[in-house]
Amino acid sequence: MTPLPHSCSFPFCMTKPWVGLCSIGFSISLILLSLTYLWPSPSRWYPDICSFFSIYGPPPAKYGGRHTVTLIPGDGIGPELLNHVREVFRFSCVPVDFEVVHVNSALDTLDDINNAITAIRRNGVALKGNIETNHTMPPSVKSRNNLLRTSLDLYANVMHCQSLPGVQTRHKNIDIMIIRENTEGEYSSLEHESVSGVVESLKIITRNNSLRIADYAFRLARDKGRRRVTAVHKANIMKLGDGLFLQCCKEVAAGYPDITFDSMIVDNTTMQLVSKPEQFDVMVMPNLYGNVVSNVCAGLVGGPGLVPGANYGRDYAVFETATRNTGKSIADRNIANPTAMLLASCMMLDHLKLYDYASLIRNAVLTTMNETRLHTADIGGQGTTLEVVQSVMRIIQSKGQLTAEL
Amino acid sequence: MSATMAAALRGSLVTLVKGLGGPRWQQLASRPLSVSAGLCAPEAPPARADATFKVTMVPGDGVGPELMTAVKDVFKAGDVPVEFEEFHLSEVQNMASEEKLEQVLTSMKNNRVAIKGKIHTPMEFKGELASYEMRLRRKLDLFANVVHVNSLPGYNTRHNNLDLVIIREQTEGEYSSLEHESVSGVIECLKIITREKSRRIAKFAFDYATKKGRNKVTAVHKANIMKLGDGLFLQSCAEVAELYPKIKYENIIIDNCCMQLVQNPYQFDVLVMPNLYGNIIDNLAAGLVGGAGVVPGESYSAEYAVFETGARHPFAQAVGRNIANPTAMLLSAANMLRHLNLEYHSNMVSDAVKRVIKQGKVRTRDLGGYCTTGDFVRAVVDNLRHRPVY
Repeated sequence: MTPLPHSCSFPFCMTKPWVGLCSIGFSISLILLSLTYLWPSPSRWYPDICSFFSIYGPPPAKYGGRHTVTLIPGDGIGPELLNHVREVFRFSCVPVDFEVVHVNSALDTLDDINNAITAIRRNGVALKGNIETNHTMPPSVKSRNNLLRTSLDLYANVMHCQSLPGVQTRHKNIDIMIIRENTEGEYSSLEHESVSGVVESLKIITRNNSLRIADYAFRLARDKGRRRVTAVHKANIMKLGDGLFLQCCKEVAAGYPDITFDSMIVDNTTMQLVSKPEQFDVMVMPNLYGNVVSNVCAGLVGGPGLVPGANYGRDYAVFETATRNTGKSIADRNIANPTAMLLASCMMLDHLKLYDYASLIRNAVLTTMNETRLHTADIGGQGTTLEVVQSVMRIIQSKGQLTAEL
Repeated sequence: MSATMAAALRGSLVTLVKGLGGPRWQQLASRPLSVSAGLCAPEAPPARADATFKVTMVPGDGVGPELMTAVKDVFKAGDVPVEFEEFHLSEVQNMASEEKLEQVLTSMKNNRVAIKGKIHTPMEFKGELASYEMRLRRKLDLFANVVHVNSLPGYNTRHNNLDLVIIREQTEGEYSSLEHESVSGVIECLKIITREKSRRIAKFAFDYATKKGRNKVTAVHKANIMKLGDGLFLQSCAEVAELYPKIKYENIIIDNCCMQLVQNPYQFDVLVMPNLYGNIIDNLAAGLVGGAGVVPGESYSAEYAVFETGARHPFAQAVGRNIANPTAMLLSAANMLRHLNLEYHSNMVSDAVKRVIKQGKVRTRDLGGYCTTGDFVRAVVDNLRHRPVY
């Protein structure tokens, strides 16, 4: 977590006169300077609270078998899709309660997002729509979504791109898992103008985070019975940064002899993806490449309305649509495709170990996708959001497992 | 044959009701910080029509079995889709054994939800310090006990319109069952307070407050005397409170809390406390609104939920006299239905009970009436929104 620049400057100017008054010397000023660094700025409080829970393991908000999950409606199509998720959950008697936390993207204070982050800290799990990032805001305003991911240390973004049987696409039988580093790289929010007219954006690659994400990818590959992990990089140009990432992947790969490891340069990867996507199995990559590649993959199987995504950290997990689109243009018109959000909620149920409920809803969603009549506009149909959701509920009612057996 | 017909009938009835309710797409935007459960009015769309649930039932001692009969009668009349698995576990009637306890536990592991009367614990010491009640609680790790003390409209007491929640840690503290005679004539009882369990109950209290839209949590303690034990409890509560910036956190010493409760109970919202204080405050607060017969309670672990009366007494002197007040157990059963996502049925049962109390015609002896348990149950059945179809 990077401290906000203004929050550090306050104790700085407080302590400076003291140094002058005491005039004991350099060592004291050093101590005071280091104290200023420990000064509890608001953004520094959270890790402290976090650490006392992580030592003893944070008790998740689960009582009597019912979970509480933070729900962040976000902007655009988020609120309506999440309303549908709640409706389906209630209908299916899923033992999950939602704590709704709104984040207003129009305000430039951080209160709302800090509130949401605290809510996730107490519940452990969240389901969210995308929060709009306004580019016209001053540069000090960071993306709320990014802030949420970095402060909760949700380092692994996982997206499982799979062809849906009912959806017509150019490529059939795609089954790719994309694992993206979610907290550093190009998304460090460290940019400055060194000389007038020259802006430097810092891309940060660290050994720890690279090892962590590589290990996550290999562990997931092994758990899911996958054969191959491909690291995507640009180490021919960024020899040190991406070189380190690649090096870390190789080191981790040595510990997984049963899984084949190879690497591919990002530009070639995108070309291969659109020409021969069958060659990929599990892919692991730094932040920005992950963003690009996941969008390409989502496009391959039918677009942003179909693919769910998850962000995992050590203590928390946040679920959303894979491509994180806000969908402002189609908001409140009852035409958005609810599939991605419904499948994301199923991933969440899997994470909560409510496997029966997850497969109940997932099967209903996938069965609905087989009905061309119900396809929404984004996949070439004329169905409405509500029709899809009602069909899902109808299938749960008629074909789903009985509640007494769940 | 008749069972399938009944099921079909129930299915059609529920579908009918569903049509009446109609889907209401609530706007998320209208609720700044809220949780879906607990706020649902009857217009909330019902669950799938074929939803049925199995629930473990432990009637216990005293009037427990009578109260359970009341619950079963009302559920039957209201076509509530719940099946009970009944287990008779009692220490005083010689019906307690390891086997029986295992059966209850196995059933609980499958059903995860139970409704339970009080299992009476004899006072005399027979070589076992922990009662069956305690052992059940420990085996299922039912750490949190919730008693929602809510005045019943229509029944006047000294304090009306009371609405407070008492949350009690019930797996450690004074109830550790660790007692020994260190020197002849000197007994030491160990009261255990652990950081982990204190944080857990504190977090439960704050989560409960968040879920039910409440805005204050008060920790009750005696840290001025037990500086280390209750001090740790208090410190844990304060730490957890930092995660809930929107909920006010206060603390109060137990003796003062008792005085305040009888003088001005309206100042409290959610109270959280260690085991023995909780026991006392539960009973005190139940007394404020009408006694043990009217206040529902529930116990939670991470996995299981047990629904019972708020003040747990067997009320043995009333056995077989048909005078016990089933209000508490019926309200508790309604809470159980809400926990099972049966929102509609839950409201139906609790509304009927509250209506009978409000009308004031049918009252059991503890509320100053002359009616029997049976009369009360019949009145509740007559008031169910969902009338049985013959």
